[in-house]
Amino acid sequence: MATDTMVMVSHRAGRLGRSPWARRALSLIGVLAVWQLIVWANEAVGFMNPALLPTPAGVVRGASEQVAEGILYLDVLYSLYRVVLGFLLGAAVAVVLGCSAGSVRLIEDFLDPPLEMLRPIPPLAWLPLFIFWFGIGEPSKIYFTAFVAFFPVYVNTIEGVKFTDPLLRRAALSLGATSGQMFRLVTLQAALPQIITGLRLGFGMAFLALVATELIASNAGLGYRIMESRNYFKVDWMVFGALMIGLIGFTIGSLIRAGEARLLRWRPRDEK
Amino acid sequence: MGYLEAAGVRKTFEVEEGEPTVAVEEFTLSMAEGEFVALLGPSGCGKSTVLNIMAGFLRPSAGHVLVEGQRVTAPGSDRGVVFQEHALFPWMRVLDNVTFGPRLRGVPRRERLEMGQRFVDLVGLTGFERHWPRQLSGGMKQRVAIARALTNDPKVLLMDEPFGALDAQNRRMMQDELVKIWAATKKTCLFVTHSIEEALLLADRVVTMTARPGRIKAVHEVSLARPRDDAAPAFVTLKRELADLLQQELPEEAGRVAGAESRGKRP
Ligand SMILES: Nc1ncnc2c1ncn2[C@@H]1O[C@H](COP(=O)(O)OP(=O)(O)OP(=O)(O)O)[C@@H](O)[C@H]1O
Ligand SMILES: [Mg+2]
Repeated sequence: MATDTMVMVSHRAGRLGRSPWARRALSLIGVLAVWQLIVWANEAVGFMNPALLPTPAGVVRGASEQVAEGILYLDVLYSLYRVVLGFLLGAAVAVVLGCSAGSVRLIEDFLDPPLEMLRPIPPLAWLPLFIFWFGIGEPSKIYFTAFVAFFPVYVNTIEGVKFTDPLLRRAALSLGATSGQMFRLVTLQAALPQIITGLRLGFGMAFLALVATELIASNAGLGYRIMESRNYFKVDWMVFGALMIGLIGFTIGSLIRAGEARLLRWRPRDEK
Repeated sequence: MGYLEAAGVRKTFEVEEGEPTVAVEEFTLSMAEGEFVALLGPSGCGKSTVLNIMAGFLRPSAGHVLVEGQRVTAPGSDRGVVFQEHALFPWMRVLDNVTFGPRLRGVPRRERLEMGQRFVDLVGLTGFERHWPRQLSGGMKQRVAIARALTNDPKVLLMDEPFGALDAQNRRMMQDELVKIWAATKKTCLFVTHSIEEALLLADRVVTMTARPGRIKAVHEVSLARPRDDAAPAFVTLKRELADLLQQELPEEAGRVAGAESRGKRP
C-alpha cells in the first residue's frame, strides 16, 4: 500500500516535470506572478512612480480599450500590410537574384562586391535615407522592409543553389535533363531547405524593420501606437503594443515553419 | 564495330603542383550489344575515370567513345549510370525517382507510372513506391537507382561499384538479383568493381586493368552458365588466375607481403 501511493506521487510529480507543455505554462505563469509581485511591492513601498509601471490588469484593460475604440484592428491591418508586402517584395527579388548569381558565375561576380559591402552595415542606418527618398508614407516603409528582408534570403539562396550535390546533377544529366529542367527540378529542389531558412530569417528582419519605421515616422500601425501611447503616458498600452507585435511575429513565424515542415517532408529527421 | 566502343582513350589530370597525373592510357574496348563486361582493377587505377568518360562526365584527353557509332561528348539518356552512392533525389518518393527519366521526356504521368511500376517490381521493391529515400536501407536505395536507370531504357548501363557500400550479405543478394535483372532486360552493361568474385559472378567478359596509369592488362571470357556457382572448379581456377594478375599490380611493399605464395610467378 505504502509503495503504491509513493509510486503514484512520484508519477504525478514526474509528469509535470516531464511534459514540456506543463513546464512552459508554468514558466509563463511564473513571469506573470513576479510582475504582479513587483506591482504590489511598488504600491506598498513606492520605489517608482506608479504611472510608469505597467500592471497585468492594466494591460488587459488596455487591450479591451483598444478593441473598443476600433484602433487595434486598424493597427494590426496596417502593420500586417506593410510587413507582408515588404517581405514578399524583398524575398522575391532576393530569390531571383540569388538563383541567378548562384547558377551563373558572371552574375555572381558583378552582384557580390556591392552586396558584400552593404551587408555588414546595420540596415537601420539607411532608414533616414529611405524616408528622404520615399517620403513618410507607405512606400518608404515597404521599401525599407523589403531592403532589410532581402539580405538573409539572398545569401541563403545563393549558398543553396551553388552547393547542390554534383552527384545529383550528374544523375539528372544522364537521365536526360535539359538545363531548364535541371534548374527547376533539381537545383531549386535541392536548394529549397536553405532558401526557406533564408525566408525565415528574412521575415524576422522584416519585422524588426517594420517596427523601426513605424516608431520613427508613421500615423498608424502597432509601432506607431506605442510611440503615441508614450506621449500620453499610457504605459499599459505600450506593453500591450509590444505583446501584439510579438504575437503577430510568432504567428507568422509558425506559419512559415508549418509550410517548411510540409514542403520538406522528405528531409531526414533529426534523431533525438 | 561494337555497340559500345572506347578507342585509344587517355586521360590526364592537371594537378596544382608537379606533373599532370596520367590516370588512363590506351584504353580500347569494344562491347557487343547485350554484353555484360566487368572492369576490374586495383584502387586508383582509373576505373571510375573510364566509366565517367563513357558517361560523358569527363572529356578524354585523347581517343573517343562511341555508342552505336555516335561519338560521346556529354552525358545523355542513352547511357544510364548507377553510382557507388545511390544518388537518389531525396525530395522524390521511390516511384517518382524511378520515373524521373520518362518525366523529363514528357511521358504522361499515368503512362510513366506504369513503366516505373514494372521496374520497381523487377528490382523487388513492390510496396515501397511511396517511400522516401530516407526510409530505405542502403541496398534498397541501390535497387531504386538501378530501377531508375532501367526505366529510362538506356542503350547501355554504366555501373561504378554500385554495391561497394553494402555489407557482404547484402552485396551477395544484390549480385544474384542483378543477374536476374540482366537476364530479363538484356542491357549492355559495363560494371566497375575491384572484387574478382563479383566480376566473375556477373560478367561475360572481365577486363583487368594495370595500376596507374591504367591500361588494359588482360581480358577473360567467362563462359560459365548463370546463375554461377562460386565453388565450381572452373570458377575457382579463373578466380585464382585473376588474383595472380591483380597481385602483380599491388604496390611494391604490399605486394611482397601479400603475394608471398605467388612469388615464383613474379617477373
Ligand atoms: N579530378 C581529378 N583530379 C586529379 N586527379 C584525379 C582526379 N580524378 C581522379 N584522379 C586520379 O586518377 C587516378 C584514377 O582515379 P579513379 O577514380 O579513376 O580510380 P578508380 O580505379 O576508380 O579507384 P577506386 O577503385 O578507388 O574507385 C587516381 O590516381 C586519382 O588520383
Ligand atoms: Mg572508383
